[in-house]
Amino acid sequence: MLSIRHLTARIGETEVLRGIDLEIRAGEVHAIMGPNGSGKSTLGKVLVGHPAYEVTGGEVLFQGANLFELEPDARARAGLFMGFQHPIEVPGVSNTAFLRLAYNKKAEAEGRDELDPLEWEDFIREKIRLVEMDAAFLDRSLNEGFSGGEKKRNEILQMAVLEPRLAILDELDSGLDIDALRILGEAVNRLMNPDRALILITHFPRILEMIQPDFVHVLNGGRIIKQGGKELAHELEARGYDWVKDESLAGRA
Amino acid sequence: MSGLEGITSQEYKYGFVTEIDAESVAPGLDEGVIRLISAKKGEPEWLLEFRLKAYRHWLTLSEPAWANVHYERPDFQKIVYYSAPKPRKPQYGSMDEVDPELVRTFEKLGVPLHEREALAGVAVDVVFDSVSVTTTYKEKLGAVGIVFCSFSEAVREHPDLVKKYLGTVVPFSDNFYAALNSAVFTDGSFVFIPKGVQCPMDLSTYFRINNKESGQFERTLIVAEEGASVSYLEGCTAPQFDTNQLHAAVVELVALDDASIKYSTVQNWYAGDKDGKGGIFNFVTKRGLCRGRRSKISWTQVETGSAITWKYPSCVLAGEESVGEFYSVALTNHRQQADTGTKMVHLGRNTRSTIISKGISAGRSSNSYRGLVKVHPKAAGARNFSQCDSMLIGQACSAHTFPYIEVQNRSARVEHEATTSKIGEEQLLYFQQRGIPAEDAISMIINGFCKEVFRELPMEFAVEATKLLSLKLEGSVG
Repeated sequence: MLSIRHLTARIGETEVLRGIDLEIRAGEVHAIMGPNGSGKSTLGKVLVGHPAYEVTGGEVLFQGANLFELEPDARARAGLFMGFQHPIEVPGVSNTAFLRLAYNKKAEAEGRDELDPLEWEDFIREKIRLVEMDAAFLDRSLNEGFSGGEKKRNEILQMAVLEPRLAILDELDSGLDIDALRILGEAVNRLMNPDRALILITHFPRILEMIQPDFVHVLNGGRIIKQGGKELAHELEARGYDWVKDESLAGRA
Repeated sequence: MSGLEGITSQEYKYGFVTEIDAESVAPGLDEGVIRLISAKKGEPEWLLEFRLKAYRHWLTLSEPAWANVHYERPDFQKIVYYSAPKPRKPQYGSMDEVDPELVRTFEKLGVPLHEREALAGVAVDVVFDSVSVTTTYKEKLGAVGIVFCSFSEAVREHPDLVKKYLGTVVPFSDNFYAALNSAVFTDGSFVFIPKGVQCPMDLSTYFRINNKESGQFERTLIVAEEGASVSYLEGCTAPQFDTNQLHAAVVELVALDDASIKYSTVQNWYAGDKDGKGGIFNFVTKRGLCRGRRSKISWTQVETGSAITWKYPSCVLAGEESVGEFYSVALTNHRQQADTGTKMVHLGRNTRSTIISKGISAGRSSNSYRGLVKVHPKAAGARNFSQCDSMLIGQACSAHTFPYIEVQNRSARVEHEATTSKIGEEQLLYFQQRGIPAEDAISMIINGFCKEVFRELPMEFAVEATKLLSLKLEGSVG
């Protein structure tokens, strides 16, 4: 579904990705872990087309097409989704109007019928149950005055509405209490199926108890320095990141 | 295109010129020109006197320089002060006598002149350069005693009403442009709603500048007697020239006891090109006088055009418990400059005013809010709430807020809130990441930002305004 080959990128003069290779197939869950500043959030932002980052080399194929030839909105309509670590607030734009426009843009791109306001009402009521969100949030301004946890809940609601082929969830667990983490973890699991894939970007292994990864990749200095199965996450929980960094340095020496 | 520079370059679609036989006087201004205008319009002596007094006063004034706008001062001797489409007869008896070219012009602008095709439920007065072309639904309104006609016609048919109210809200000595307008105004609209009458439909004036050298100096006077109410809409466009045209209008509103006047403007004059060449200089004096108790005057404006805007629709709240409102969206892009806002002058007891101002700046434009809230010693219990929000799109534009508050009564309550926000790349990316293209994203963010103002507009104007803002911003982000 997603093939990343020798991807390099920079922000300003700083190289932040220094050659990433990653293969993600349908049905798989990948965890990308690493210490702060390792480049793991950057990878997500580069994939969705954040304008601050410049791709300097390599290529990315998404469902067979060159990802970087698509505008960010076209990437989204093709099925790429990112749950942001810090979702922005937009005063005056109602949450439900935003969600409906996003849904209808995707429907239009796929040649499906748009939902009229009544159909939308039924559809969205169903979706908010999945994330156990109070319907009052639908009529509020997009993310405005939401707590950290409410914003994350809203991100997963958007994922449920758009049903992406590939979702990248950036630090979903930050700002969440244990109950919210459980609810959102279950929601994400239910949104997974053999045609879809998931990338979890996380600093802490805690969320991986909720959403079990098939593969774990450890990033440091803009490179993948270790790969393994979910047992690697357990090891990181027990031992931290330093030993992986040391091992990697030793390997390169 | 990526980065915050590419959604603001949509062409101005009303920029065409109508080839029409026009009767114009030579450029320049002196007493002779004023006498000529007055004679052409067959005006009574008192009005000529009013003009001449204004002109002599104007000669003693100099152009105001305090506004936060920068431009080359117009040469007042190069302006044409009178230009009218040549009628086939001295006066239009019916629509069939109007030049078909003119009818087509307004059809292109979406303003049909024939009543059978006219906008449902809206009576329209159409002003082309210096004169009013036609007014629709006049008979229907006349049946309930409402006068809605061109200013010239009002001078002929209702001289006493005009004489009674002209200059009572904006005296000719008020400011430089008001003095100039008082000397040379050529046409405009006149509305009189008699005691107890609720105007059954929205009234509207459509202003069109066509002549390259002509200035437009229109005069609007709206009077609502005791218990009367009216909603009035104003729309404007101009052709695209690489020189600047001057528009210096005066609008006066008078509301007696329990009367209410709602005045809405969607201003889309030509704004000049991307580099700031051409465009309209919009120097307008608009003021409403709440003379009666419990009277109410509400200004709603959506300002999108003009190279330079200098405009402060204001309310003088003289009657006890009278209410003044100002709702404004001012959008500037490219090299446009706007200095706009309002004055709320509280004279009577328990008067209330609300100011909601939304400024949007894009490109290399400059957008200033300037507002005065003044509470006189006798205005016990006066209340004001002001909210001034600015939104910036891109890096090269600027927004400024100049609130002036003068309170001379201890029981008055004045609140002021202000915010500045930015449509940044992060915000845009968020929308795009959900599959929403940049243009739709901006329009959604802007509409959210302007919601409190748009909901004050009559329905068809609100739709128009939404479209207009999106159009004006196309290409500024992307």
